[in-house]
Amino acid sequence: MNDEMIQSFVRIVGKENIKYSKAQLLAYSYDATANFQSKPDLVISPKNTEEIVEIVKLCSKEHIPIISRGSGTNLAAGTVPTQGGVVLLFNRMNEMIELDEENLTITVQPGMITLDLSTYVEANGLFYPPDPSSMKISTIGGNVSENSGGLRGLKYGVTKDYVRALTVVLPNGSVLKTGGKLAKDVAGYDLTSLLVGSEGTLGIITEITLKLIPLPVYKKTGIAYFNSLEDAARTVSSIIANKIIPVTLEFMDRGTIGAVEDFMNIGLPRDAEAMLLMEQDGDVELVQKDIQKMIEIAVAEGATSTSIAASPEEADVLKTGRRVALSALARKRPTTILEDATVPRSEIAKMVRAIQEIAIKHDVQISTFGHAGDGNLHPTCLTDVRNKEEMIRVEHALAEIFEVAIQLGGTITGEHGVGEMKAPYLEWKLGESGINLMKQIKQSIDPLNIMNPGKIFAKETKTRLVIHNG
Amino acid sequence: MVSELQQRMQDSFREHVDEEYIMDCMRCGFCLPACPTYLATNQDETHSPRGRIALMKAMRDGDVVWDGSVADAFDMCLGCRACEPACPAGVQYGALIEETRVAIQHAKPQGMKEKVMRKTAFDGLFADQNKMATTIKLVQFYQKSGLQTVTRKIGFLNLFPPFMKEMEGVLPAIEKKKERVSSLKPKTTKVAFFTGCLMDTLFQETNRKTIKLLEWLGAEVIIPREQQCCGALHGHSGELEKGLRNAKINVDAFDSNEFDYIVNNAGGCGAFLSEYEKHLQENSKYAEKANQFSQKLIDISSLFIKLGMNARLKEMRSEDVAIVTYQDSCHLRNVNKIFLEPRSLLMDAPGFEYKELIDAGSCCGSAGIYNLLQPEMARRILI
Repeated sequence: MNDEMIQSFVRIVGKENIKYSKAQLLAYSYDATANFQSKPDLVISPKNTEEIVEIVKLCSKEHIPIISRGSGTNLAAGTVPTQGGVVLLFNRMNEMIELDEENLTITVQPGMITLDLSTYVEANGLFYPPDPSSMKISTIGGNVSENSGGLRGLKYGVTKDYVRALTVVLPNGSVLKTGGKLAKDVAGYDLTSLLVGSEGTLGIITEITLKLIPLPVYKKTGIAYFNSLEDAARTVSSIIANKIIPVTLEFMDRGTIGAVEDFMNIGLPRDAEAMLLMEQDGDVELVQKDIQKMIEIAVAEGATSTSIAASPEEADVLKTGRRVALSALARKRPTTILEDATVPRSEIAKMVRAIQEIAIKHDVQISTFGHAGDGNLHPTCLTDVRNKEEMIRVEHALAEIFEVAIQLGGTITGEHGVGEMKAPYLEWKLGESGINLMKQIKQSIDPLNIMNPGKIFAKETKTRLVIHNG
Repeated sequence: MVSELQQRMQDSFREHVDEEYIMDCMRCGFCLPACPTYLATNQDETHSPRGRIALMKAMRDGDVVWDGSVADAFDMCLGCRACEPACPAGVQYGALIEETRVAIQHAKPQGMKEKVMRKTAFDGLFADQNKMATTIKLVQFYQKSGLQTVTRKIGFLNLFPPFMKEMEGVLPAIEKKKERVSSLKPKTTKVAFFTGCLMDTLFQETNRKTIKLLEWLGAEVIIPREQQCCGALHGHSGELEKGLRNAKINVDAFDSNEFDYIVNNAGGCGAFLSEYEKHLQENSKYAEKANQFSQKLIDISSLFIKLGMNARLKEMRSEDVAIVTYQDSCHLRNVNKIFLEPRSLLMDAPGFEYKELIDAGSCCGSAGIYNLLQPEMARRILI
């Protein structure tokens, strides 16, 4: 980018809010996705919606790509500036604007850290349930743009279930306000929902109003180990069929259990094929009844060992394995690729079994853990990006996992987003009419394709695999 | 066209910075909220562990041109290693930043002034306890002669940036050096005391009292005479080889079956001392001795507890007259994982009510000689 252009941006935000040293451009060239890297031309920290309007107008005039970036924890290359351009940061737009206890909403700027928001509302006896694993550093703006999930999705849903209103700067520089502090609002198309999860491809979100709920008073944790995947999967189905919706129902396969043991040596049964971690929250009596019932179901379905935590400290011990699952796996090999193929919960056993077979077939290392209750699995591929031959096998294995997930009625991504990494597979899920409609929406809102170009839509769709698997 | 300096830097990064360590980083960003410089710069990724590791990789791969901004990113790191406990992938960041500093030191053209400064510091002061003692005597003279008072009065330091004035203001009053060996009568536990170069001079009072407490708890304290600065300051400044020279001297100095423990009372020294084993593992002459050294090494709080200090403190009941808190030493907490021990002693100490400090683990910004090299950032982290 030439000096004159940089000066134009400086006039909008001031020179102390612009970064373009060699080190800075490199430091904003990646996110948490392996194997994707590309430097931006400029990194800008605007202060408010008005400054963003000016930035968008300038970028629109000059056809400069704009990439909104929270803390760069995206797992699908959604915030990598693969076509250069301007990276927009929200580190100066991270304030809480209003906590409305009458309407049970909170209005914040997009740069607020998810954990800070969560801690703040809980101090006021309220609850914001979405809890992506990266919440200590992820921003609410990033969560909304990716429609992030978390461990509590089964009972409480995901980010989109909590977004009530948005302020957005559109690519033409106009400011759109959607929704309101309303539980009911059917005035025209639901633009709020369209923008949630749009990965920065339709506009720049500058203000967010979220729904809150009362903070549950009590929580209890149990755990069960199984000798077969099918026993664990039947337990999940049976719990739901018994009209219990636990707050979390987490799963780890044998490979993950082994990795946790290698890492922490906390006495998990290495020979178990599956682990289910169950948690319920709410009123004391109901929680105790539910957790008891869930363990009974697990035993009836063949659990080889079970346990209920008697105290919050014991609950922490039970949760250790699941909490460190990713860390334990990540230490095995130089590169960790965390996927999020998702299936209807009735198909979990088939999906996990298929993943194990695919890993053997392509001679790659994949272990699976995830959110069994909502069918959102994390097949985690351990590899080394420097080994080109192995990376080809990894790509084939992942493509097959996507294909099987779709065949089972699932999706290629449950909570990470499409970004650039999964764009070549999106059409597999949407079909031709689905992808065409989405492209038309993108085209009509962002005709110059300056909003996070290259994300969601690929130049070319991968050839669909023909496999017969389950 | 790649400049000569660029090529030299890239080669040096390739030679010194371990690619496997770099590859351990999966760029998840979980280190960011733990990093004091990331927070002090209002979330500048350049000043985060993830950013620095990306820059190390880019230097190796030739993806970034070496310039002041890249140097700055590495220089700004405090080396507090708060990122290590936060890292899910177990990245050995401390090793990486040490290796990076070695790489830079080897390839960087040095100005005359810096050369002299480094030579004085790392080959002189911090390599030779006698020279350190002499220098400290000068500081003592400055303080005792009245020159300090005069300097302060005439506002001489007002001519310098504000940080320098502040630092002069916090110079501890230095005691006259006391006799070193202090064994009283035969005791059960024998403890070899690592004095530390600055602790033994600027903070001599603290060492004296540490020894007194050890003796109160029934230990016999021995101070091996040949010991030198632990070498951490060299290691953290890209002079690891010189740091290891000191390591070997110390391993030899403490090589005796006579001691049950080797104790130190400075977190930064303790962390580097505990890594002697790692650094010397491939040295056939020193691997075994370094291993012995590490086995016996213990921090002062843990040793106090082993010697039964909690019970002794509890016996001395008295009314709570003050509230105390504790701010962790970065390296003691992040590297040696000592968290509960100092707190447990303070909780049992008579006359105090212990209250946990919010963010007790966040770096104070001092970081060895960082506050001298990067005074502006040190200030921002402190406040």
